[in-house]
Amino acid sequence: MRQRSLVILTSVLTTGALTLTACGSRDDNGGGDSGGGDTTTLTIGVDAPLSGENSQTGLGIQYGAQIAVDDANEKNLVPGVKFKIKALDDKAQPATGQSNATDLTGDQSVVGAVGPLNSGVAQSMLQVFSAANMVQISPANTNPELTQGKNWQTDKKRPYKTYFRTSTTDELQGSYAADYAFNGLKKKDAFVVDDKQTYGAGLAKIFNEQYKKLGGKVVGTDHVNTGDKDFGSLVTKIKNSKADLLYYGGQYDEAQLITKQLKDAGVKIPLFAGDGTFSTTYIETAGAAAEGDLVTAIGVPADTLPAAKDFIAEYKAKGYKGDYGAYGTYAYDATTAIINAVKAAVDANDGKLPEMNELRPKVVDEVQKSDFEGLTGKVSFDEYGDTTNKQLTVYQVEKGEWKAVKTGTADLG
Amino acid sequence: MNTLPQQLANGLLLGSMYGLIAIGYTMVYGIVQLINFAHGEIFMTGAFGALTVYFYILPDGTSMAIAVPLMLLGGAIVAILIAVGAERFAYRPLRGAPRLAPLITAIGLSLALQEVVRNFYPEADGARPFPGLDTTHDIGSITIKDADIFLIVAAILCMSALAWFVRKSRTGRAMQATAQDPDTAQLMGIDTNRIIVIAFAIGGFFAAVAAVAYGLKYGNVDYRMGFLMGLKAFTAAVLGGIGNIYGAMLGGIVLGIAETLASAYIDEIPGMQQLGGQSWANVWAFCLLILVLLVRPQGLLGERVADRA
Repeated sequence: MRQRSLVILTSVLTTGALTLTACGSRDDNGGGDSGGGDTTTLTIGVDAPLSGENSQTGLGIQYGAQIAVDDANEKNLVPGVKFKIKALDDKAQPATGQSNATDLTGDQSVVGAVGPLNSGVAQSMLQVFSAANMVQISPANTNPELTQGKNWQTDKKRPYKTYFRTSTTDELQGSYAADYAFNGLKKKDAFVVDDKQTYGAGLAKIFNEQYKKLGGKVVGTDHVNTGDKDFGSLVTKIKNSKADLLYYGGQYDEAQLITKQLKDAGVKIPLFAGDGTFSTTYIETAGAAAEGDLVTAIGVPADTLPAAKDFIAEYKAKGYKGDYGAYGTYAYDATTAIINAVKAAVDANDGKLPEMNELRPKVVDEVQKSDFEGLTGKVSFDEYGDTTNKQLTVYQVEKGEWKAVKTGTADLG
Repeated sequence: MNTLPQQLANGLLLGSMYGLIAIGYTMVYGIVQLINFAHGEIFMTGAFGALTVYFYILPDGTSMAIAVPLMLLGGAIVAILIAVGAERFAYRPLRGAPRLAPLITAIGLSLALQEVVRNFYPEADGARPFPGLDTTHDIGSITIKDADIFLIVAAILCMSALAWFVRKSRTGRAMQATAQDPDTAQLMGIDTNRIIVIAFAIGGFFAAVAAVAYGLKYGNVDYRMGFLMGLKAFTAAVLGGIGNIYGAMLGGIVLGIAETLASAYIDEIPGMQQLGGQSWANVWAFCLLILVLLVRPQGLLGERVADRA
């Protein structure tokens, strides 16, 4: 009876999850064919976690893309073409991301996609977009393998030419963090924890290697499960290790609990994490325990960029939910890159919009040639599809807010 | 530094929480032989009930000494209403139906409750901050905080009260009778429907106590918190012997301590580094369950029919 009930539990839950996934919006309107003289509506797909884990930063991606589309429509950037967003929720689950990718490529009005947030989700989508020759630009994926292949450390090879990103890689991020921890903070004994996900484990590994290379000592390592709530045992281990810094590779959901339980247990060492933890939710949840904690984030602070001022004002004025701080501006630039590519494809076709099956590969080619000033600086891509903008910023929690403490370019020396 | 006392304390605290939730599974199973898989979600709604009291009813800046009992009250009211409502409207119509029907109803109810909270509670998409009791105390080499003391005291009080209630009170004895043989109990003049409602209500109350302790300890609550906690508590109930209220508490504590010690020390055993650490805690917990069930299929304390309630 008991075993049977567990089997049933699992199968019903799976069915439920699949049903929910299948309920994505299916309003195909417009279509790819250009009616004579009328405006055609093209769709830009967005895939990110919009509910549950990571949803605050995920919503920032959705609305960042939304604002880019609104701006393009308002300025009539591509004459005769209007854009709209089709946002799908991947719940930070690779399987859901894959089915969303299939949905987007199957929709004949979708010209390209922005997203996802999680590197692990991206891995399951690459093949789908590649097969459909549809461009995918992630504003947030930082795992090096996505653009540079499995053996990125020794032999860089681009696996999919349809995949681009406006964020930089963990190779740079992890190294930058290690350098700041060792030389900037003068911390010599780090405890390294990750969440075993593609992003978190990759980042923690790079930090671990670079930190040791610089002369720091890694006094302990551990892994957690996403969704864990009680870190009492881990905290006691960290306390016992006498570490003076905790490096965490993972998302804010677990990081905020770890830092709180760590400080509550009287271990007053800062938690240092990557861009997955760069969220105001982290500070709201951890409260005073977050004080002094650090993250690295890609790019330069959004509010110091003159071009981003209007973006932030618009985001706030429209009352959008979520966190634009981490990836909102990158989603904006990713979306704009797709819109510009559509424009270039239209221009090259004597001002007419090509058929969708011709348009998609052309957009991929045009995105590769992107070169424009975005909100986050110059937007262009190298031969692997990585952004050429390699700036990183260290933020620290000060009086309940993220304050930029250092901006620079990672040096891999 | 010797970390064993601290790790044991961590495990005991976690286990007490499992135990409090496990009471709900075990009471209901003992009386109607139903595994109420929605119980994890009753725990979750208890937390949101307490959160509602704190954020939307009490004035800002209420001292925690006043707020905590009121939050407990609010959480208990919500959890009991939902537990009793589930019994009345979801399970009672299915009494006498094949066993699978109420089980699937329970799973459906569990999903429904999650989605209702996610969609209709303000900002419940992600985790919502919960007021904490974070003042810490050092006792020897152990550091605990006020929320931990609340949890331990609440667990001891609730368990003692329940033990007294089941053994001594008239209703408690009626519960034992119903657990032993519902038909005969009914013939003896016991209103079994009332007894079943009371079992659900007690389970809901214990879940609410655990939920408030959870919020105070971890500082946030979310709509999915009931799933894993519910599954662990169910494991604890099975480990201790489902149907037995002392077994639920013991099972919870054993499970909590086993998980904590496994994640703390297994990786120090030579050759076992890969199998230790926080991420393997659940694996070891379920290994323990399998081992115990192999040796004692009835659970640690077994189903002592006389005390079953």
